[in-house]
Amino acid sequence: MTTNDALLSVENLVVEYPVGRGRKVHAVSDVSFDVQAGETLGVVGESGCGKSTAGKAIVQLPRPTSGSVLFEGTDLVKLDGDQLRRFRPRLQMIFQDPVSSLNPRRRVEDIVGDPLSVWSAELESSVASKQERKAKVAEVLEAVGLDPVSAAGRRPHEFSGGQCQRISIARALVLEPKVLICDEPVSALDVSIQAQIINLLEAMKARFSLTLVFISHDLAVVRNISDRVAVMYLGKLCELAPSDVLYRTPAHPYTAALLASIPEPDPAIVPSTTGRLTGELPSSIDPPSGCRFRTRCPRAEERCAAEEPVLREVATGQRVACHFPLVEARPAAPANVASQQSA
Amino acid sequence: MAEALVAIEDPAVLPDTVGVRQPRRFTVLFWIAVVWLVLIIALAVFASVLPLDSPTQVFACIPNSAPSWHHLLGCDELGRDMLSRIVFGARVSLEVGFTAVFIGLVFGGTAGLVAGYFGGKTDLIISSAMNVLLAFPALVLALAVIAFLGQSLRNVILILGLLSIAPLARLVRASTVVYAQREFVTAARMMGFRSRRILFREVLPNVMPSTLSFAIVAVAVAIVAEGALSFLGLSVRPPAPTWGNMIAEGSTYLSENAWLALCPAAVLCLTVLALNFAGDGLRSFFDVKDSAL
Repeated sequence: MTTNDALLSVENLVVEYPVGRGRKVHAVSDVSFDVQAGETLGVVGESGCGKSTAGKAIVQLPRPTSGSVLFEGTDLVKLDGDQLRRFRPRLQMIFQDPVSSLNPRRRVEDIVGDPLSVWSAELESSVASKQERKAKVAEVLEAVGLDPVSAAGRRPHEFSGGQCQRISIARALVLEPKVLICDEPVSALDVSIQAQIINLLEAMKARFSLTLVFISHDLAVVRNISDRVAVMYLGKLCELAPSDVLYRTPAHPYTAALLASIPEPDPAIVPSTTGRLTGELPSSIDPPSGCRFRTRCPRAEERCAAEEPVLREVATGQRVACHFPLVEARPAAPANVASQQSA
Repeated sequence: MAEALVAIEDPAVLPDTVGVRQPRRFTVLFWIAVVWLVLIIALAVFASVLPLDSPTQVFACIPNSAPSWHHLLGCDELGRDMLSRIVFGARVSLEVGFTAVFIGLVFGGTAGLVAGYFGGKTDLIISSAMNVLLAFPALVLALAVIAFLGQSLRNVILILGLLSIAPLARLVRASTVVYAQREFVTAARMMGFRSRRILFREVLPNVMPSTLSFAIVAVAVAIVAEGALSFLGLSVRPPAPTWGNMIAEGSTYLSENAWLALCPAAVLCLTVLALNFAGDGLRSFFDVKDSAL
């Protein structure tokens, strides 16, 4: 998992914001993970757990407090403004609010075409001329399912939320990035539109050979799209495992509680009360000592307050930061678990 | 549930769901406003070739006489033709009003954009400077500038321009802060756009409408302020007419002959109204309303 061939490698990422009087919000604390080329990494957690902040820190907006973000071996954190700028086209991001992420005063062709006109001279790409840029914009708009002829001259407010998200995706893809960070891309959309956008993202991933980091609070959505899933709680990484392993045999009590909270669309099922989370999310200004989840954890013991658990492997590919995981560490993974990894 | 999500097929996307564009038209009010503005500007430009009495010619008619065929707007307390004074006054007033606010827009607007977008120390420095400008007594500033640079129309424009920088900077800064936090600005930064491009291509077009509405009112304020300066002998000296000094002079005769102040005031008021309506009309024509989900 920690091999050097990772396309994107986040190491010891820390993001903190000062909130006055010397106090600070620990938005992301010491988070490390790798993203392999071509995979989709899901990042889940409840609101305020730092998943969006981590996503933004990867593209250096704003720059993280410490840690490193290695993209193809280059540490983005260490680059100065202009060097970082040259990397920007290769890492793109789409946002939660499709309307807010499009400039209301600009036409779709400008919104999608601007990145090209900014970069065409510098990158010596094949889109140097105006006609070529226009053709490229039309191509990308068509790829995201919009009619280039009728859409190009319109402004964002003439589109629905789902269509705006398609425009956002087109804008991100027009520079042909390697990594696409999706920050809650479907949370603001209707469920039926969500499915369309997710299908679109899958299709674009195949067509443009993208690597996705998919941030969401919706476990069902993440399960659907991700190869591996990272679970975050209060700025820390709790568990990182292949999607099907994580959903079948969660190792962290928090993951288990999250999975138990997915509503079943079946009135015959009586909701179980066991394993449900109680209590409030602690403040990230003054997080609990030791394990940050211990204040709400059904399995918490004294050790959890004293000693911070580190991420360790409990099954092949399944790593968890917990002293008392639900899946006990085994010296060698059984064959059936290993076969699940290949999915 | 997860499976259900994928199962839904992607339906045809664009044609039927996009809102139908309504044909846009200018309203009657817009055209009235445009006609008024064209009229005022044309009169000001061609004032010297129009068959008007000299605006400074006393006893061109009976003092304080009512409007008549020869003197369409009547005469003032010295028997000067009111229409002629308003037409010639428009030259100075419009020049002062628009130029001063333009200066304010260029410098104050840029300062506000930079302060609002970059925030932090840049914001602190610019905002403090603007607060100093706001706190500085306007009249003292005017007296100081006139004392050092001399009395001229150019210096009046300079004073009023200087005074309009701070309020415009504050306004622009406030709306810039709102837009700088929007995700399209983050997206622009992520795509490697340079700050100048983001400021002028992404943020400025959004900040412009509210700023222009305010600037139009600021023009009226500047025109009246010029009158006040003129009244104090700091601007164009009477008897040369400006709308501002006509209002100021006329206001001393308010109880005997209100017409003297009301007439130039009404022209000023109508001009500002016309600017507002014309601005609104243009804005809705170019359809720059914010989007809604």
